Amino acid sequence: MTRCRVLFLALVVAVVGLLGLVACGRTTPVSGLARIRAAGVIKWGGDIQGGEPYVYGDPKSPDRLIGFEVEIADAIARELGVRAEFVQNDWANLVPSLERGSFDIVMNGLEVTEARVGRVRFTRPYCVFTERLMARAGNASIAPDLLALRGKKVGTLANSLAFEMLRGTATPVVYDGVEEPYLDLVNGRTDAVLLDDIIATRYGAPRPELQVVGDLREGYYAIAVRPSDPDLAAAIDDAIGAIAARGELRRILERSHLWNDRQDRLIGWTAADQTRMLGAPRSPPPIERGHVMLFLRGAGVTLLVSTLAMALAIPLGLLLSLARLHGGPVLARLAGAYVEIYRGTPVLLQLYLLYYGLAPVLKLGALPAAVIGLGMNYAAYEAEVYRAGIQAVPKAQIESALALGMSTRLALRRVVLPQALRHAIPNVTNDFIALLKDSSLVSVITVVELTKQMTITAVDVRSWIGPGLLCAGLYFAMSYPLGRIARRLEKKLEGEREAEAAT
Amino acid sequence: MIVVDNVEKAFESRVVLDGVSVRFDRGKVSALVGPSGGGKSTLLRCINGLERFDAGRIEVDGLVLGPSKTDRPSRADRATLRAIRLKAGMVFQHYGLFSHMSALENVMEAPIHVRGVAPAVARERAKLLLAQVGLPHRRNAFPRELSGGEQQRVAIARALAMDPEALLLDEPTSALDPERKAEVVGVLRDLAKQGATMIIVTHEAAVVREIADHAICLRDGKVVAAGSPSEVL
Ligand SMILES: Nc1ncnc2c1ncn2[C@@H]1O[C@H](COP(=O)(O)OP(=O)(O)OP(=O)(O)O)[C@@H](O)[C@H]1O
Ligand SMILES: [Mg+2]
Repeated sequence: MTRCRVLFLALVVAVVGLLGLVACGRTTPVSGLARIRAAGVIKWGGDIQGGEPYVYGDPKSPDRLIGFEVEIADAIARELGVRAEFVQNDWANLVPSLERGSFDIVMNGLEVTEARVGRVRFTRPYCVFTERLMARAGNASIAPDLLALRGKKVGTLANSLAFEMLRGTATPVVYDGVEEPYLDLVNGRTDAVLLDDIIATRYGAPRPELQVVGDLREGYYAIAVRPSDPDLAAAIDDAIGAIAARGELRRILERSHLWNDRQDRLIGWTAADQTRMLGAPRSPPPIERGHVMLFLRGAGVTLLVSTLAMALAIPLGLLLSLARLHGGPVLARLAGAYVEIYRGTPVLLQLYLLYYGLAPVLKLGALPAAVIGLGMNYAAYEAEVYRAGIQAVPKAQIESALALGMSTRLALRRVVLPQALRHAIPNVTNDFIALLKDSSLVSVITVVELTKQMTITAVDVRSWIGPGLLCAGLYFAMSYPLGRIARRLEKKLEGEREAEAAT
Repeated sequence: MIVVDNVEKAFESRVVLDGVSVRFDRGKVSALVGPSGGGKSTLLRCINGLERFDAGRIEVDGLVLGPSKTDRPSRADRATLRAIRLKAGMVFQHYGLFSHMSALENVMEAPIHVRGVAPAVARERAKLLLAQVGLPHRRNAFPRELSGGEQQRVAIARALAMDPEALLLDEPTSALDPERKAEVVGVLRDLAKQGATMIIVTHEAAVVREIADHAICLRDGKVVAAGSPSEVL
């Protein structure tokens, strides 16, 4: 009981500390514009992983960044009389990083969505896009109508405008990259993809297996500024206005083949247009029961994936360790190679290869791929745990068994393995706890587990603190009892070992 | 009857058995004595097939084991080895009880899984054997809960449970204090009286004199003396 209380206190202290840090990051003593002018540089955040045409490495000299947003950033900086400096940041966390003060503005295909309007201050837009629906060529069952997508699996990017549109009608399948949604559509894992036309033109349209179904709605890319820097936002608005008025914006967009009739309205953009784009201000929805249920479902997926993956890893790891120790030279070499390869490469890469790389020959569903991918990876670690366990069984135990007329195989089964596995239980339990947390990686292959659910909800309710704590609490509730069990078993085994050593 | 004929064994370049020839007769208790490092344990392990040898032959009740270059036995050798091990039970200096099993389970294990004896039958037999070595009350204890002497007596019961033609004992008493020693020697004496065939490696003159019919002294891998216990000592 007291231990629980201490833990709870520790948690509270940690959270309060965190809140304090967030608060510190937010207080900026000088106004944004003055700060930037004093520094002589405006830092803008983006993710080069978004690729062409936004911000990406120049294929001719990868150190140099190019893209239409690089040109716009440079043009704005010139207007402000400073230099533009790019800061690389994971796309999904651009807004939180802006709030923390990692950079002054965000410009990276950030769509003006209701959820974001509540959190950041958007400048006037620098690009107009439309949400383009694509399906497999010849699939007549997909119509350019949101309501007609009910029950269909539609790929899109997490926390995008398209995702918000799809939620509630279609079944959104969320990706982190722009290539993967179209890959999965070609492979038949989804029915359609809804993404910005800029992305669709570059990553979807070139695939002959796909066709454009239609455009569902228009949207805007705009620069996000911290609400505490209104003067900076106003200065950038003026800068964009000037760039647009003298035709520079048009030339920049044309160079990236983004100019079309829709972009015309960027030039004569008015305050009324801005109000219409931002929509009526709405306060963020509180965390409600619906969210909690979604979280519980996410936790269920986490637990399911982890349990099934471990159920695969244990027998596979056992076979690998036996092959390595008793399988003869060829099997031992193969098992050794398996262990080294799986431990020597990132599990993220293994999941990618299994899900996307193998798709042309083996179309695994996301959940089976997650279980198999994690299971095969953890099997390598389990194999080493069992190998150590088997080698820790004293030679005298095997000799006694052989001397009683047992075959090597029987001695392994009846004498060595039971002892090795007993000694491995604490390690296996600890590995399972690690697996619970590693299972968050499977979101890259579209499985919405606990962590992914947290990031989605955090955008909804425009705060990371509530969802973050809920998410942490659920992980803790799953791993803490297991950790206790592991420690208790460890203590018990230690006691037994001491007793054995004493006689 | 166990016949060891001109057996040679070297670990790397170190010769441990240098042309050893001995006979161990049925129904007799033989003591293997000699200085430390003389090759006693190695000889016992060769008879039981836990160690292969380089030259010569070993015959156990008509089963013949020849020299081998590798540690991995051939299929034919493996069958011979297992048959020999069923005829010659082994008891080790450090007992080697299965640490995850109770005393009773240790004794039942091999009859059930090697001989295919029904578990209920094996259990009754194991109880009898534990009673015979003076441990009827320690059946459910795990090895870590037993004293050294108790563990060694369980190990003897475990070997006896397979009804071997002969028992090979490698210093069965040397890890024990005098009191426990006496318990184990008592068990061995009883077995000898019942006419068991035993080969006992030991450093203790008392054990040789009290129990053995015959003694063999090994020094530097050679038989340097053989005869009645009093002659050899
Ligand atoms: N596995 C091994 N590898 C290398 N050398 C070994 C091995 N086993 C035994 N020896 C060596 O062989 C020699 C004979 O050993 P062995 O154990 O047979 O002697 P012993 O007569 O039983 O001695 P003790 O009375 O000390 O038990 C020793 O010098 C020992 O170091
Ligand atoms: Mg010895």
